[in-house]
Amino acid sequence: MTEGIGGAGGPVRLTLSKALNEGLRKAMENDPKVVIMGEDVGKLGGVFRVTDGLQKDFGEDRVLDTPLAESGIVGTAIGLALRGYRPVCEIQFDGFVFPAFDQIVSQLAKMAKRSSGYLRLPVVVRIPCGGGIGAVEHHSESPEAHFVHTAGLRVVACGDPADAYAMIQQAVLSDDPVIFFEPKRRYWDRTDVDLAGGLAAALPFNRARTLASGSDVTLLCYGPMVRTCVEAATAAADEGRSLEVIDLRSLSPLDTETIFASVRKTGRCVVVHEAPVTGGLGAEIAARVSQECFYHLEAPVLRVGGYSTPYPPSRIEEHYLPDLDRVLDTVDRAFGY
Amino acid sequence: MAVKDAGQHASRSRTRRKPVDQPAAKPDLIQLLTPEGERTEHPDYPLELTPQEIQALYRDLVLVRRIDFEAIALQRQGELGIWASLLGQEAAQVGSGRALGERDMAFPTYREHGVAWCRGVDPAKLLELYRGVSHGGWDPKEHNFHLYTIVIGAQTLHATGYAMGIQRDGALGDDGEAAIVYFGDGATSQGDVNEAFIWASVTNAPVVFFCQNNQWAISEPLDRQTRIPLYQRARGFGFPGLRVDGNDVFACLAVTRQAMQAAREGQGPTLIEAFTYRMGAHTTTDDPTRYRLSAELESWKLKDPIERVKQHLIRSGMAQEDFFAEVAAEADEVGKRLRKACLEMPDPDPLSMFDNIYAEPSALLAEERAQLDAYLSSFVPEEVVR
Repeated sequence: MTEGIGGAGGPVRLTLSKALNEGLRKAMENDPKVVIMGEDVGKLGGVFRVTDGLQKDFGEDRVLDTPLAESGIVGTAIGLALRGYRPVCEIQFDGFVFPAFDQIVSQLAKMAKRSSGYLRLPVVVRIPCGGGIGAVEHHSESPEAHFVHTAGLRVVACGDPADAYAMIQQAVLSDDPVIFFEPKRRYWDRTDVDLAGGLAAALPFNRARTLASGSDVTLLCYGPMVRTCVEAATAAADEGRSLEVIDLRSLSPLDTETIFASVRKTGRCVVVHEAPVTGGLGAEIAARVSQECFYHLEAPVLRVGGYSTPYPPSRIEEHYLPDLDRVLDTVDRAFGY
Repeated sequence: MAVKDAGQHASRSRTRRKPVDQPAAKPDLIQLLTPEGERTEHPDYPLELTPQEIQALYRDLVLVRRIDFEAIALQRQGELGIWASLLGQEAAQVGSGRALGERDMAFPTYREHGVAWCRGVDPAKLLELYRGVSHGGWDPKEHNFHLYTIVIGAQTLHATGYAMGIQRDGALGDDGEAAIVYFGDGATSQGDVNEAFIWASVTNAPVVFFCQNNQWAISEPLDRQTRIPLYQRARGFGFPGLRVDGNDVFACLAVTRQAMQAAREGQGPTLIEAFTYRMGAHTTTDDPTRYRLSAELESWKLKDPIERVKQHLIRSGMAQEDFFAEVAAEADEVGKRLRKACLEMPDPDPLSMFDNIYAEPSALLAEERAQLDAYLSSFVPEEVVR
């Protein structure tokens, strides 16, 4: 078996794509029941190379190139899980998860409950998500709210390579179904990743993490917006504003403890995501923060996100996606009350 | 205007092309016991049954029908919210159900009460779903009988994935394992079923697709789903398909045994089309008199799956009147037990809605559970009011 690049130990600088690849490799080494399935995940290594080299090292029984049908991918993964396997499905692009929607929402999410607790469905569904890569329609979407709205699923989004490496392993270890969002425009971002470090020291994947401490505004984000918000905090600091940036990581369940503690401290809250704000995760967070932190708030909870339109053609996507300026503009508005 | 429209429609119908490869003759129907109770032979499906085995099949058929009757009565009396009757499909279910080995895994729809019986599931457990006290109620692993699936055809993919797991476990061979999945004629139009056919075919998965073609998908006749006999679809997917008399318990047993053994030995999937008829309504909420003729029902009554086994037992002298009386008495007993179990079934604790959703503890669910608990506790108990 080819040794993963983590063989030498100690932190290495990896892209998000490679960190996920190393995390999956580790999960497969640790448990022979872990199987990877999806379109082009084998020889090609996935269109984003997240599964690169895994079929060569683990064989075709454990890394399956499936027929081109997403419902089939998730449906057969459920069957494999019922047989004792731990499938990790790749949905090639966000917009292609909808053919699998029934299997995810009506079967995967509900089967444990349906069985009165006799069954567990340890299935991970990986979905590259978000825009900003100049793609055609259906390749830039952020469908997380559909899954957050569905009881029975855990929904997470990774933000950087170091975190992604641990999170994908935690997702595989979870006995619950996990929808795992990967910010595709950040696949080539690099950070140091400690491949030798075990999961014991890793943050539990239902917890948010505070990336920058601040006292004026709480900035909540996840996935592709993590980097944007960290950069926004740096820029705001130049203007004398102190932003606290929290990477939610887990979208369902939400780490409300961390969120509420921060908002009670800062008195202002801005939620940032690429998905349309209408009916989005920001709406849920705004409602909960308003209810639990009402007397601490200096301003209403504000949202920055996609407009209530279908995802636009890529030549104008920069106007749809929240960027540093739009985040800071909203932060400014939070001081206008 | 209306006349002209009708004419145009008729002319379109006339120009409709014949489906290709449709055989001129009626498709072969595999049968080992005629509606009159005469035993016939089929060169590909030899079947030898002892008198005891035939009696056991007869008993299964009668008891399963009795369970169904009792459940319909319970629904009529308001004890069940709904019931999906298997009336007319007893032979397809008992024949295929008794063809399974203990380690084989079955994936049912919501009408497979006869298969459930063969897998040893307590009939009272089946009522939980229909009474509204649970969504399932039995341990699928204990009986190797999965939970009822209500979304049409979704379980075909689960069975196929399970079969892919059997392959990975190396559990194929003479004493190997296989999966069987049940679905109806309507389900064959679903994408999931077609995807399952493709998956099973290209992976050569040990799964048997058992389609009970009962001619009706609620109100839609078979010709709304297909222009060729359903079993012939298998050919296009690359595996064998066959049509069996779904009202002939012997034939259903024989073909399913053979298909399951082929699957266990690594020969891949088979599509079995059990040609039968839904004698009752789709469910207790349905009124079939709105969409089908009673003449059709009458013609299928002559092909009753139980009567032909009874005739066979009588004609061949394998059973006497006391045997039939014994089975009838047992059926009444089973019916009584089922009724009693249903009436004694308590409503679940409202707080149980928060149970078993996640393996890992959920703070959100704990909070909501406490909220509902506090809300319910805020009411003054009835006895205090009195």
